[in-house]
Amino acid sequence: MRRYSFLHLAWQALRGNRGWRPAWRNAEPTSGYEVVIIGGGGHGLATAYYLAKNQGIRNVAVLERGAIGLGNSGRNTQVVRSNYFYPQSVAFFDHSLKLYEGLGRELNFNVMLSQRGVLNLAHSEHDMELQRRWCNAIRMSGVDSEWLTRDAIRALVPPLNLDGRFPVLGGFIQRRGGICRHDAVVWGYARAASSLGVDIVQSCEVTGFKFANGKVRAVATSRGIIGADKVVMSVAGYSSELARLAGIELPITTMALQAMVTEPVRPVLNTMVISGLVHAYVSQSDRGEIVIGGGADAYPSYAQRGGLPQMRDVVRAVVELFPSFSRLKMLRQWAGRVDITPDTSPIMGVTPIDGLFINCGWGTGGFKAIPAGGHTMAHTIATGTPHPLIESFGLDRFRTGALIDEGAAAGVAH
Amino acid sequence: MLRITCPYCGTRDEQEFTFGGPSNIARPPAETDDRTWTAYLFNKANPAGVHIERWQHLYGCGRWFNVARDTRTHEILQTYVMGLPAPDPNDA
Repeated sequence: MRRYSFLHLAWQALRGNRGWRPAWRNAEPTSGYEVVIIGGGGHGLATAYYLAKNQGIRNVAVLERGAIGLGNSGRNTQVVRSNYFYPQSVAFFDHSLKLYEGLGRELNFNVMLSQRGVLNLAHSEHDMELQRRWCNAIRMSGVDSEWLTRDAIRALVPPLNLDGRFPVLGGFIQRRGGICRHDAVVWGYARAASSLGVDIVQSCEVTGFKFANGKVRAVATSRGIIGADKVVMSVAGYSSELARLAGIELPITTMALQAMVTEPVRPVLNTMVISGLVHAYVSQSDRGEIVIGGGADAYPSYAQRGGLPQMRDVVRAVVELFPSFSRLKMLRQWAGRVDITPDTSPIMGVTPIDGLFINCGWGTGGFKAIPAGGHTMAHTIATGTPHPLIESFGLDRFRTGALIDEGAAAGVAH
Repeated sequence: MLRITCPYCGTRDEQEFTFGGPSNIARPPAETDDRTWTAYLFNKANPAGVHIERWQHLYGCGRWFNVARDTRTHEILQTYVMGLPAPDPNDA
């Protein structure tokens, strides 16, 4: 892998930028691999990278039916944070945040991590009580979380309207949280994995599985049969359809989660602000665009666009919180295909089929989990048993009843 | 924006309704094994295609009814009253 550096940048510039080479190989699939990863998003690519880097397993292919990173990895609002509630969740997501903190260096790729702080707003006495409990729960897990007064919030977020329809009474912030360039994370992992020998195979749709003696043996694809000792399903909103091909049913509903950006303006907002009550989250990108997200649309959808009613509700909430944004022009709107689970926690680990692994159920919160998702799945695939950080998130928890209900901390007001 | 035809009131905008999950789920008998009960409680067909679901006309007549809707295009193929069987996808 040709190292990126300031000197390299300057040298390329002097050559008229004609010397840049593709950052990863667009590989032709071979007849078989030790591990086949289905899904070329952040999680799939990160899994491939950590298999090669940490587990010494390089005979790996990532099969992507379209082009890498154009699913949810390319459609999120770039939030990274670890301020969940239950110890299992906080531990997992903070592992991911710590990996994000070193990611640019590890991948030799500028992922543009900006730890500008993630602020949750409390709008009522109930919010204040619940958020104090939430804030303390995070600190009991040894992760940073700081209670802020109304005045402190006013000073931190100048354009915020603290006296709108639902006044801001206080809140709490995770200062290590922030945003990170989503496309860069995908490309960084793809480049690093490819350089370590992983085949990234695009335009390759999995159409079926081949089993023998209760074990996975190969996948059937639009580009032929590809043998595999181990297969990982990492396809987010398509998980139900893919798992069905293996005879597995999942507790997942696929829904549209919208995001939108305004025209660029000068820096005005240097914090990621989340209101669980009015259900909107807002940040300002490095290009100056105001990036907005909210709750998922109300009914299942694979359409990746969302509808006007939900969009209107989110914009309404944002304009109430930030009145000065009301005149901005909306530039782009889109949606992902998010896989919602009953307890708003992911599904990671083994399946009832030997050699078949699953990583899905991230719902509205998968981007922040990419490094830890890949890292723990690589460990799980290599050893055959779930990594300790993901033991609580197995598919079997729905049978045992040991759900990890992160509905509130995921930022979703039910 | 969906335009949904309530079997009682006619075609109205999406905001008058609330989504009520998948329809046509048969509840297993109380004395069943863990796996069957887990599947009933949590598993979803979640198809990329025609989905049979329940909606309530919350800001209208308040009644529940069934909808056959394609989750890829949001096209509503049919709405029909509670208690009737799901339409056969092979019917024209």
